[in-house]
Amino acid sequence: MSNIFSLISDKEKQSTSSATETQEYFVNMGPQHPSTHGVLRLLLTLDGEIIRKVEPHIGYIHRSIEKMCEKDSYQQIVHLTDRMDYLSCHINNEAVCLAVEKGLQLEVPDRVKYIRTIISELTRLSSHQLWWGVMGMDLGAITTFLYGFRDREQIIDIFEETCGARLTMNYNVPGGVMFDIHPNFQKRTKDFLKYFKEKLPEYDELLTGNVIFTERTKDIGYLSKEDAISYGVTGPSGRASGFSCDVRKKDPYSAYDRVDFKEIIRTDCDSYGRYKVRIAEMYESLHIIEQLIDNIPEGDFKAKTKAVIKLPPGEYYQRVETARGELGVYIISDNKKSPYRVKFRSPGFSNLFALDTMAKGYKIADLVAMMSTLDLVIPDIDR
Amino acid sequence: MNNDELKNMILKVVPEAEFSEEGSEFLNVTVTPEHLHKLAEDLKSNKDTLLDYMFCLTGVDWVSHFMVVYHLESTVHSHRMVLKVKIPDRVNPAVDTVSDIWRTAEYHEREVYDLFGIKFNNHPDLRRILLEEDWEGYPLRKDYKDEVNIVEL
Repeated sequence: MSNIFSLISDKEKQSTSSATETQEYFVNMGPQHPSTHGVLRLLLTLDGEIIRKVEPHIGYIHRSIEKMCEKDSYQQIVHLTDRMDYLSCHINNEAVCLAVEKGLQLEVPDRVKYIRTIISELTRLSSHQLWWGVMGMDLGAITTFLYGFRDREQIIDIFEETCGARLTMNYNVPGGVMFDIHPNFQKRTKDFLKYFKEKLPEYDELLTGNVIFTERTKDIGYLSKEDAISYGVTGPSGRASGFSCDVRKKDPYSAYDRVDFKEIIRTDCDSYGRYKVRIAEMYESLHIIEQLIDNIPEGDFKAKTKAVIKLPPGEYYQRVETARGELGVYIISDNKKSPYRVKFRSPGFSNLFALDTMAKGYKIADLVAMMSTLDLVIPDIDR
Repeated sequence: MNNDELKNMILKVVPEAEFSEEGSEFLNVTVTPEHLHKLAEDLKSNKDTLLDYMFCLTGVDWVSHFMVVYHLESTVHSHRMVLKVKIPDRVNPAVDTVSDIWRTAEYHEREVYDLFGIKFNNHPDLRRILLEEDWEGYPLRKDYKDEVNIVEL
């Protein structure tokens, strides 16, 4: 074999090295690609396997929710928000309800605040469980997917018993919740807490210490704190870059000012950090629910509102923390039964566009891990 | 910085700025398109204001004029304010981009361009973002007509 190599002359060696010089080329990732988890197209500029540029193309499932809102009553708008980030649907609903209540200067009963907070945290847990399962699957571990969905099922069953729906719940209405919690709600939630507290360490055992997993996430997809703020990257993705952006802490709503929990901030700025923040958040969510579940005050589950809601003229902005980051609802009212203008500042939209900065210089195979740790939900981006 | 201090600081940069605190929880500042970029730059870089986090950017069609609304927050001082720019020209609405100041603005401005038809001068990549390139009209304008998709009741 050594003869063959010795036969190559110096000139030929030179020509081979020039032949390995690469040319930039373009690859379409999506719109139908399993790791985009929806219809998202990324136009990649590649140099060999190295990513030079990521250009997201969105809008494949744009449904003009904001335009529809201009013709709908405030009660109807709540239902549309389910269809944005469907994994945080309860929190989306809450955002609109809180904005409307702000406009009406309506104080909702304490019972409502507690119920909303508990279900919001259950929603966050179920969203993170699904994310964890899918994240493992994106990196080739099928087990995580089964575990994630197994545990998520328990939460979904609790939702189904209380409000009849499993995914797009529509449980919030302006002024409160649609009906009182099911008599079994507290018991089942407590059973779930007990069950999941035992299961959550398994998540750590399966992925967190796994060599393949850490190799593929540590020091991959770097996003500095300055970039995170400038791009408006919020939620667990922003907090993994050291950006303190938890709306539950800085602008508490519902019952978040009455519970004790930590805002998880890490300074890894990489895919692994974003993963760890979500895992740690699951423990915090369990802790929040534990503090509230036995103390739900007696009282009405809904404050009285008029059948036709008209907000006084003005502008109302409500921020909430969904499982993906900061959702802003901006309502401009001109005293009619429909708003003059509604804007949803969705966390996914802002988070997605940081992908270009995040992915530059890394290998194309790492892009899947980066997208997974951003936890994108495409309807949330397209609205 | 409280709202009064913010007001004084802004008045030093743009004496013509209009203020209102009614009907909104934030301090609202309205400026004309020519003052926008300078004021935005100042609000971001001045160490007393440091409004480095833009949490919302959107457009509003007020029929008589367009408005672009910027919601700003400082991650250091945690004060917030709303910057508004009033664009009276309905035929050829345009305002300077702020995407060089806040990176997220690049994509939010593309959305405003897509749905309102407001042009952003010096924008690095001004294209439609949600709708197809050949879409006619700007759907979030109040005078937008679409006989196929919008059913008037």
